[in-house]
Amino acid sequence: MSVNTLLRDSRLSWLAASGKDSDVVLASRIRLARNFRQVPFPNRADFNQLAEVRLQVEKILPGIASDLQQDFDLLDMERLSPLQRDVLVEKQLISNNFIQNPQHRVAFITEDCRTSIMINEEDHLRIQCMAPGLDLDTPFAKASHIDDMIEDKLDIAFDEKMGYLTSCPTNLGTGLRASVLLHLPGLVFTHNIESIVNISPQLGLAIRSVYGDEKDRVGNLFQISNQLTLGFSENELIENLKTAVLEIVSHERQARKALALYMKERLEDEVWRAYGILRYARLLSEQEVLELLSKVRLGIDLKLINEVSADCFAEILISSRTSYLQNVAENENLSKHEIDRLRANHVRQALLAHACSQEAPK
Amino acid sequence: MAKGERMMLCDDCGRNRAVVHITQIGPNGRVEKNLCEDCAANYSEFLVEPQRKKNVSMNDFLKGVFSADTGTAGRSKEQVTEMVCPNCGMSYRDFQQTGKIGCSVCYSTFRRQLEPLLRRIHGSSTHSGKIPHRSGGRLEMKHEIETLRRTLKECVAQEEYEKAAELRDRVRLLEKELEEKEGGAADVR
Repeated sequence: MSVNTLLRDSRLSWLAASGKDSDVVLASRIRLARNFRQVPFPNRADFNQLAEVRLQVEKILPGIASDLQQDFDLLDMERLSPLQRDVLVEKQLISNNFIQNPQHRVAFITEDCRTSIMINEEDHLRIQCMAPGLDLDTPFAKASHIDDMIEDKLDIAFDEKMGYLTSCPTNLGTGLRASVLLHLPGLVFTHNIESIVNISPQLGLAIRSVYGDEKDRVGNLFQISNQLTLGFSENELIENLKTAVLEIVSHERQARKALALYMKERLEDEVWRAYGILRYARLLSEQEVLELLSKVRLGIDLKLINEVSADCFAEILISSRTSYLQNVAENENLSKHEIDRLRANHVRQALLAHACSQEAPK
Repeated sequence: MAKGERMMLCDDCGRNRAVVHITQIGPNGRVEKNLCEDCAANYSEFLVEPQRKKNVSMNDFLKGVFSADTGTAGRSKEQVTEMVCPNCGMSYRDFQQTGKIGCSVCYSTFRRQLEPLLRRIHGSSTHSGKIPHRSGGRLEMKHEIETLRRTLKECVAQEEYEKAAELRDRVRLLEKELEEKEGGAADVR
């Protein structure tokens, strides 16, 4: 796939609404941090060393691609415009940290966008694998397999006592960050989210709002991940996260059930109003879309809205982002007004594209 | 705020207190604007770098944790901060300032200083996860023997003697293999 197609595509297969527990869990992600022995970590390496790291990985990549039977697209940060880099960050294919210094930073991304290998981020290698719904085992198995293949050819920094050596001591040991993307409108609406946020550090987990800040959680989207990386095996860390997520899922479902039971009419009104605005508005801000989109998804999951399928959520989530829109319009200098107009356009189109046929009226 | 002193309100929304002051030079000459935080956010084109709302970042916080005195036993504080990694040239002081390690060799250079720190972050300083096949060859076997021994004990406790015997033979085989490998490695040295 060409870089342009990758940037313009508004669908991400790992955000599809088809996975396990997908009414609450949108996606799962595994990240492994690895470094080469002796070579200074990217923040201390000079350009020659960074280029050498890149070269080494590029050499063994064809072998990995043929083993996985998947082709990788090479994305060289130096050759992309700042806007193109931002689009990749919006799609969560690379990290924000990765584009701060674009020199010799390259990412290898598979066509299905479920696997991305960042070279010279904070660590020499960052292997990321994603899957829709609650499924940490598949991406872990894949990331670990890629890790094995790389380790087979290149010397990875490892210490018997401290495990995999990483640039930041907070990643030391397993180098594993397992995270899950959650949609929690029920818990936010019933004011139960605070207790979950407060309790997660005690379980060695970190939870943060994906959009907006601590006070203003836009879109009710949360990311929960393991905080500890040393002293536990990968499976223990993943199991711990999974148990906590399942607990949150059951609380979220309870909250939604309560909402649907005790204030059905108001809820129905809210979700249909949100749908109406997204369906017909001519100007939409980023924040407004996120807020309304959350309500529409809730309506779909509670089967209050049946005109559109849940897959519209992921598509709107990506195609309503500012950098994405600027890139599609091939104009970085659009005014806020023009972007809002474009955004409303894209949202309407996405809703139409995912409209369910009205064969079975209520 | 002293009595009589008026709060400056945002020029755009007229509701919130103005905290951002910008001077714009355009076709109509010089325009000065006093904006609240929310309205100023819309002016991002004019501002070189949008102001971060968070005053303390995760990195700053970690730096603080790392620069607290650790592992200075037997050495003066100055001696420790002046220690330099022979591979990448990072000093312990650099680490305290950036919160980032320089290279894989640093971990052995500063092992004594880092261990208490790791226990503070992770509650542990010993890895118990995946082991790379090549660079961790013997370690992987040791771990396997350990796990087998543990299951062996469980089997004995539950009186599953047949299974226990199987496990015991496997442990012996692995131990013998390991001994050969370690002996071989010793010869090379």
